[in-house]
This record gives sequence, structure tokens and C-alpha cells, in this order.
Amino acid sequence: MEEDFKVIDNYLMVKMPEEIDHHKSSYISENADRFILRENVSNVVFDFEDTRFMDSSGIGILMGRYKKISCFGGKVFAINADHRIRRLLMLSGLHKIVEIME
Amino acid sequence: MNNEMKMEFDARSENESFARVAVAAFVSELDPTLEEISDIKTAVSEAVTNAIIHGYDGITDGKVTLYCRLEKDVIHIEVEDTGRGIPDVEQAMEPLFTTKPELNRSGMGFPFMEAFMDDLEVISGPGEGTRVLMKKKIGCTPWIGDGE
Ligand SMILES: Nc1ncnc2c1ncn2[C@@H]1O[C@H](COP(=O)(O)OP(=O)(O)O)[C@@H](O)[C@H]1O
Ligand SMILES: [Mg+2]
Repeated sequence: MEEDFKVIDNYLMVKMPEEIDHHKSSYISENADRFILRENVSNVVFDFEDTRFMDSSGIGILMGRYKKISCFGGKVFAINADHRIRRLLMLSGLHKIVEIME
Repeated sequence: MNNEMKMEFDARSENESFARVAVAAFVSELDPTLEEISDIKTAVSEAVTNAIIHGYDGITDGKVTLYCRLEKDVIHIEVEDTGRGIPDVEQAMEPLFTTKPELNRSGMGFPFMEAFMDDLEVISGPGEGTRVLMKKKIGCTPWIGDGE
């Protein structure tokens, strides 16, 4: 699962799993934080290409990482989010702080 | 058509996926769209997760009860725990309100249940456990596209 986290330049790329719920979320948050600290990256990109299910735990992952990196000028990106995930991001107002890209 | 099911499981996070898949399978006889199944799975996941992490606070021998009833084209879902209960339900249901920000909670659980189900009722009090009652009518999606 370590291969789901990759550092490219100043970006941490996180490949999100098929299902994102509370059971899966602490693993993702903890690892992302470990990489952010260790590799000293300022931006995080969450890739939802494989994700078929998400609940508010996914919102918590993005919000938590945003709080960690935004004070150092870092940004959070969401890529390959299908219309359902986009809807969750909109409903929680996350589209105002997370850049949603194709 | 009327149909009922009830189950009880331990307050373990592995059971979150089990619970939502069980409800999705149970409602399938109403021929829901993928969208409706997805809405229901998210709502069930929220309610069950709340019972596990807030109701029982990680104490895994607590029991979560899941009850579902199909009544014509409506699914009724109840998720119940006998845990700590909610002192102020109205406040708990506000978007972004969470008592566990350190656990990366977003405070969007109740707002998602509200957005994805037709009806949501929360019965709770301190020390009294929590009952979450949800309803959704299947097959009422407007046929004129909602623009995706
Ligand atoms: N079953 C429950 N037992 C006790 N408290 C609960 C329960 N469900 C929700 N709560 C309370 O309501 C708050 C809001 O819940 P929710 O909207 O799901 O957000 P989150 O789970 O992200 O905190 C929780 O932080 C918790 O304080
Ligand atoms: Mg919740």
C-alpha cells in the first residue's frame, strides 16, 4: 500500500482506494502526514480514479491535510473525482479550499 | 411489497462496509438506480460510523443494531446504539460540527444523511444511546436529467 503514496517534486500524490470510509481513513491520513513531514512537500494531490465509494471520512482526510499544509502556503488538489465525489466535495464546501481538476 | 430485516453487530470499523453492503443488497428488490444505491450506502455508512466512533468511543464490544423495512417503494432504515448519546441533537446536526476534530472527522455525517435520504430523524439524549431513523423513496428520480 506504500506504493499509493508518491512524491514528485513538491507534490505528494495519494492514490485513493476503491472505498473510502472511517475504517480506511486513518491509514491514509497517517501515511500522508508521514510523507508530508519526511519529504517536506508542500502540496498534496488526491487521485480518486479508483474510488467507487466515499463517505464523510474522505472529506475529513482532505480537510485535515488542508489544515496541515495551508499555513505553509501548500495546496490540496483532487483529481479524477467522479460526479458523486464532486457532489460530496461541493456539499461540504471543500471546493472553496481544494482545487478540483479533471 | 413489504419486507423486513434486522441485524446486530459489534462496534468495529470493519463492519461499516458490511452494513452498507447488506442494506444495498436488501433494497435491490425495489430496483434502485446506481445513484440511489450510492446515496443509501453513504447514509448507512455515516450512521453506523457514528455509532462506532461517537456512541461507543472505540469500545468494540458495544452492539450496533441495523433494522430495515421495505414498505411499497420506500426503504426505512434504523441504526441504533446504546452508547453515550447526544446532549444537543440540533447542534450535532449542524454542518461541520464535530466533537472529534483530532480524529479527522469533518462534521458532515448528519448533513450527508440529510442530503441523501428523504427523511432523517435522530432520537438521543445523554446516556440514552442514539437512534437514527431514515427514509428514502425509491424510483422517484425525475426523468428530466439533473445535468449530472
Ligand atoms: N451515535 C452517536 N452517539 C454519540 N454522539 C454522536 C452520535 N452520532 C453523532 N454524534 C455527535 O454528533 C456529532 C456530529 O456527527 P457527524 O455529523 O456525523 O460528524 P462527525 O462524525 O464527523 O463528527 C459528532 O461529532 C458527535 O459529537
Ligand atoms: Mg459522522
